[in-house]
Amino acid sequence: MYLNRLNILLAIILLGCALALVTAQARARKLFVEHERARAQSKQLDVRANELQLQQTQFAKASLIDAKARRDMNMQAVPADRLVHLEQKVPNPSLPASSEAPALKEPASAPLTTLSMGGR
Amino acid sequence: MAKLTRVVSRIRSGGASTRRKGSFGDNALLKVKLPEWRTKIVLGGLSLGFLALAGKVIYLQAFSTSYLQKQGEARYARTIDLPASRGKIVDRNGTVLASSLPASSVWVEPDQFAARSDQKIQLAKLLNLSSKELDAKLSDEDRSFVYLQRQVDASIAEQISSLGIRGIHRQREYKRYYPEGETMAHVVGFTNIEDRGQEGIELALNGDLSGQAGHRRVIKDNLGRVVEDVIPLREPVNGQDVQLSIDSKVQFHAFAALKEAVKEYNAESGAVVVLDVVTGEVLALANWPTYNPNQRSRLSGQQLRNRVMTDTFEPGSTMKPFTTALALETGRVKPLTMIQTAPGKMTIGSHTIHDSHAHGMLTVEEILQKSSNIGTAKMALQMAPKEMWDFYANLGLGQAPKLGFPGAAAGRIRPFKSWKPIEQATMSYGHGLSVSLIQLARAYSVFARDGELLPVSLIRQNQAAPGVQVVKVETARAVRKMLEMAAGPGGTAPKAYVQGYRVAGKTGTAHKQENGRYVNKYVSSFVGFAPVSAPRVVVAVMIDDPKGKIYFGGDVAAPIFARITNDALRSLRVAPDAPMLPLKTSDLGLSDSPALVSLSQGPQ
Repeated sequence: MYLNRLNILLAIILLGCALALVTAQARARKLFVEHERARAQSKQLDVRANELQLQQTQFAKASLIDAKARRDMNMQAVPADRLVHLEQKVPNPSLPASSEAPALKEPASAPLTTLSMGGR
Repeated sequence: MAKLTRVVSRIRSGGASTRRKGSFGDNALLKVKLPEWRTKIVLGGLSLGFLALAGKVIYLQAFSTSYLQKQGEARYARTIDLPASRGKIVDRNGTVLASSLPASSVWVEPDQFAARSDQKIQLAKLLNLSSKELDAKLSDEDRSFVYLQRQVDASIAEQISSLGIRGIHRQREYKRYYPEGETMAHVVGFTNIEDRGQEGIELALNGDLSGQAGHRRVIKDNLGRVVEDVIPLREPVNGQDVQLSIDSKVQFHAFAALKEAVKEYNAESGAVVVLDVVTGEVLALANWPTYNPNQRSRLSGQQLRNRVMTDTFEPGSTMKPFTTALALETGRVKPLTMIQTAPGKMTIGSHTIHDSHAHGMLTVEEILQKSSNIGTAKMALQMAPKEMWDFYANLGLGQAPKLGFPGAAAGRIRPFKSWKPIEQATMSYGHGLSVSLIQLARAYSVFARDGELLPVSLIRQNQAAPGVQVVKVETARAVRKMLEMAAGPGGTAPKAYVQGYRVAGKTGTAHKQENGRYVNKYVSSFVGFAPVSAPRVVVAVMIDDPKGKIYFGGDVAAPIFARITNDALRSLRVAPDAPMLPLKTSDLGLSDSPALVSLSQGPQ
């Protein structure tokens, strides 16, 4: 009698384990499918980012801007004698100490802002 | 046997009455007793059969497992190839110069192809083919695989798939795009349809840019979804991105100026290179004619040639600063040493060399400023040929620059042992030897960097490049001063003048050689740097065969140098070094701080 009850209990536990196993496997597969979907989406976004980068380059091309500015907007480059250069005096140890003996450790470009004096 | 015969005859005669009288078990046939040995034979045979089956099962399950496993796997597992993407090429500011996007190759099985006439018309339209061209591809029914088109844009490939034509398939691959087009063609190069580099950086750094494809073995469910990895995933390794030293803006200015000049002077070709004096980076490298790497259906060798790297030419007077530098370095002359150049011609052996004008007595400074062949030759003839040859070698002439760039030419400087005096004299002013434009630009870095020769790079550098000291600082500065004079009002290249910046440089005009003989065609060049007070860029310009009356380097190449230098220095935000006048800030409506504001007034 006692053994029969134990067998029934073990059978129920076995059935529970089997159901849990099936549920876990189904859940694992579902998560895997979601993971795969996320991976695919990540790749698509990478591709999209590359596309946008390319578009940005195409629309921001110096040749395109220059052509549009000259042709469509009748603009022209500002001559050097119509420019005002504002130089910010910031101590920079890497800049050349004297004009004839340049320090060559860093590019010798001081922070510079250029203003146009307007059209002629 | 007799008994059996009797039973059979009884059945035939009265079987029906017997059945009516008795049950099925009374059937006499069933009462026939077979011999026991027959039963044993059948039983034994069946047992042996089952034993053989059991043996086969044990063999398959225990000893030969792979076959069945493979067969099972083939029914639910799939191998998915994961293509690797080729690395991007970007400029020094991160602007994309070459990038890959997914595309598809569309292929067909001609014997399986079946489409309505309207579908065929749509297919031809999407593939940009005529009906005849499409029919020609479809007509070869002996072949089971025919490409209709390679590297079709992803959106068009989708539209083709949506037509639902039987026998049409897609194959995933990548297509390379070059947004800067012809402006950057000779630097970036291009790949072939198999995504392998063919020219330029695409070829030079093909190993770094190429990725390594991956794959994965997966289980798919009945909906075609991947539900499990059978063996661990091998991720594709995408190619490395490459950041070039090129500045897109400077490149555009250089290219635009060159293109206009070649057309204006009706020249055969032209080339420009801009170097950063501090880091040794190539900021711009432009050639004309060029090509669009996105459309390469009809390319000629002329278009493909990267003249900056692969073409060598006689540099002409652009070599004079080196002769002068060597004469100064070895103490044979000083900047103010007087040399007689009258009467404007000099005979060496059986040959006579000339100046374009007779100048008379000139200082060494004036010899370079006026570009006197006689004066330069007289300095050169004081030196031993080996000295000159060694100096040229130290400047990197006669050796291919170590850029890793395909086809970089070494130029030609003949062994000094075979030099005759006339050859030594003509070589001093750039005839009888050949150099490439990149070699010449690099050699001029010696004057811009206080005697140091720069290592040149097409890859972005993050720090100043260590140079090799070729001449003393004083020598380099003395020649720099002379080059500023040459590019000034009294020199050969006043057209090299750039407003707001002090410039230095030297013109060159050399006859071209065709079939081993000099002809009345010229190579006009100018190599210089700016700003003189703290040089930032070296710009070298070469125009091949300008047709017409204007062909001197000072007239053809110097204005291009001026335009490119002006635009490059502005793009790089280099402060003007030409003398400035204080400006009243009230004129601009700004708060009064006159010490910080200045107005460029051009050279004084």
